[in-house]
Amino acid sequence: MAIGCDDVAHIARLSRLRLSEEEMETFTGQLARIVEYFDKLRELDVGGEEPMMHAAEGALLRDDTPRPTLPRSKALENAPSSGDGFFRVPPVIE
Amino acid sequence: MELWQLSARETRDAIARKETSAREAARSCLDRIAAIDGEVNAFLETTEEIAMAAAAETDERLAAGEPARALEGVPIAIKDNMCMVGAKTTCASKMLREWRPPYDATAVERVRAAGAVPIGKTNLDEFAMGSSTENSAFGPTLNPWDTTRAAGGSSGGSAAAVASGMAPLALGSDTGGSIRLPAAFCGIVGAKPTYGRVSRYGLVAFASSLDQIGPFARDVSDAALLAGAICGHDPRDSTSSASPVPDLAAAAGGKTLEGVRVGVPREYVSEGLDELVEARVRAAVAVLKDAGAKVVEVSLPHTEYAIAAYYVIATAEASSNLSRYDGVHYGHRTQNADDIIGLYSRTRDEGFGDEVKRRIMLGTYALSAGYYDAYYLRALKVRHAIRRDFDRVFDAGVDAVVGPTTPTVAFKLGEKMSDPLSMYLMDIFTISINLAALPAISVPCGRGEDGMPVGVQFISPAFEEAKLFAVASAYEAASGFAAERPPLWDA
Repeated sequence: MAIGCDDVAHIARLSRLRLSEEEMETFTGQLARIVEYFDKLRELDVGGEEPMMHAAEGALLRDDTPRPTLPRSKALENAPSSGDGFFRVPPVIE
Repeated sequence: MELWQLSARETRDAIARKETSAREAARSCLDRIAAIDGEVNAFLETTEEIAMAAAAETDERLAAGEPARALEGVPIAIKDNMCMVGAKTTCASKMLREWRPPYDATAVERVRAAGAVPIGKTNLDEFAMGSSTENSAFGPTLNPWDTTRAAGGSSGGSAAAVASGMAPLALGSDTGGSIRLPAAFCGIVGAKPTYGRVSRYGLVAFASSLDQIGPFARDVSDAALLAGAICGHDPRDSTSSASPVPDLAAAAGGKTLEGVRVGVPREYVSEGLDELVEARVRAAVAVLKDAGAKVVEVSLPHTEYAIAAYYVIATAEASSNLSRYDGVHYGHRTQNADDIIGLYSRTRDEGFGDEVKRRIMLGTYALSAGYYDAYYLRALKVRHAIRRDFDRVFDAGVDAVVGPTTPTVAFKLGEKMSDPLSMYLMDIFTISINLAALPAISVPCGRGEDGMPVGVQFISPAFEEAKLFAVASAYEAASGFAAERPPLWDA
């Protein structure tokens, strides 16, 4: 599956990356080459194989009991913009 | 002899015997960093205050008659993608250039609890994405054996620091080879424990099913000592294994290879493998045989698909993990946002370097509607096939698989930067191990082109680090390469 400029523009939007024209062009070429390499995986017959997501043995659950965690003041320590105990952002809903 | 030249065990024992103090050992390494790091760029930040406070604590404890802990007074460097309170954790990225984490990584807590003295945070490829440390936003780390060459990556800073005597121990992280490759390039020992052995709590996430923290040292025994300090279950990491950790420092004392079965995969000799690297690894296999090991040829038929599978899976996980960098909670925020989407997009465009952007986009693509089955799901099935290749080999009675760590010696700076794919291909021998979640170690095995170090890699079954360190240690003793030092050592 060849990847073109429109695909890269779409992916950049999904990834929340605002790329310049120049970046778009360079990345399109590089990504196309890499994705072509991914197509190597199609050579294999993996019909019978189960997907291996990770090596951990099963889901590890714990009791739903609250425990001390990061205090709010520490969580806000590195915030670029905050106020009244909240992270401050431009309006999300018009 | 300078204190910085001592091994971790020698440093700890000298301090425990009161022949020197932790303060003096820390000072020796800090002075060494000041003297030579301008040429190497291994460190992003030195943590003198933290170091001297930790050293003082060691000296006070010993003066009060307390027994020495496993890493008592030993200076250690920490890769800058692991959180440590009191210092920055930048991940070598503009996105986090001023970030000061509010908590310690478990691995950092554990080495400190064992008495180690953190002397600084080391350079890496941005967000651990790379094989050369050239993707750092703060300049590459240079190879102490030849400063026109890369130190390898992504844990290049930690590897270069240990190789050049700036620290006897360092922590790195390994997702596709990021400890083992720089260890091989810098002529030192680097190990990646079984996935789940070391808590990932406080390790900035790149690919959550592949990331693992591990040790760098100048010999196998020191590496085993450090591994022993960081391995073990952590309830704060849900992928952390409850499997009991054997005494790894003791396992590394092993000197015999009698009765040990070593497997050499036929697929490893391939086009990209440099002749001299191949020769050194064959010589290493001969050493193993002379020392009593039984050498057999084995097959890992899916080897050639590992890189493709990895770069689908790792980038997919990275695209998810790096979505947290949005200018809202911490880190860089753009000054030019009109709206919320603009805040995200401009922040991320400004904060991330090229390789990080490439990988986020590859991952997003592989997971996107219409491509998920063809790429991501397929890659996960290939991953399983790779794991089963190793299971078959180990089930047939092989104790360790052996092969080259890297296809070539350290390359010249800039050589692989114009073609990202050529950089990815450097991971050919290391990457399967992360996919299969196995433990592996790289040990020096001689010199290749232009006198640059070559590493031989040992791979053991899951959770068999004791076996891994025993075999590696016996090889090291029989081969004599542990004593080799780069020209910079005498600077």
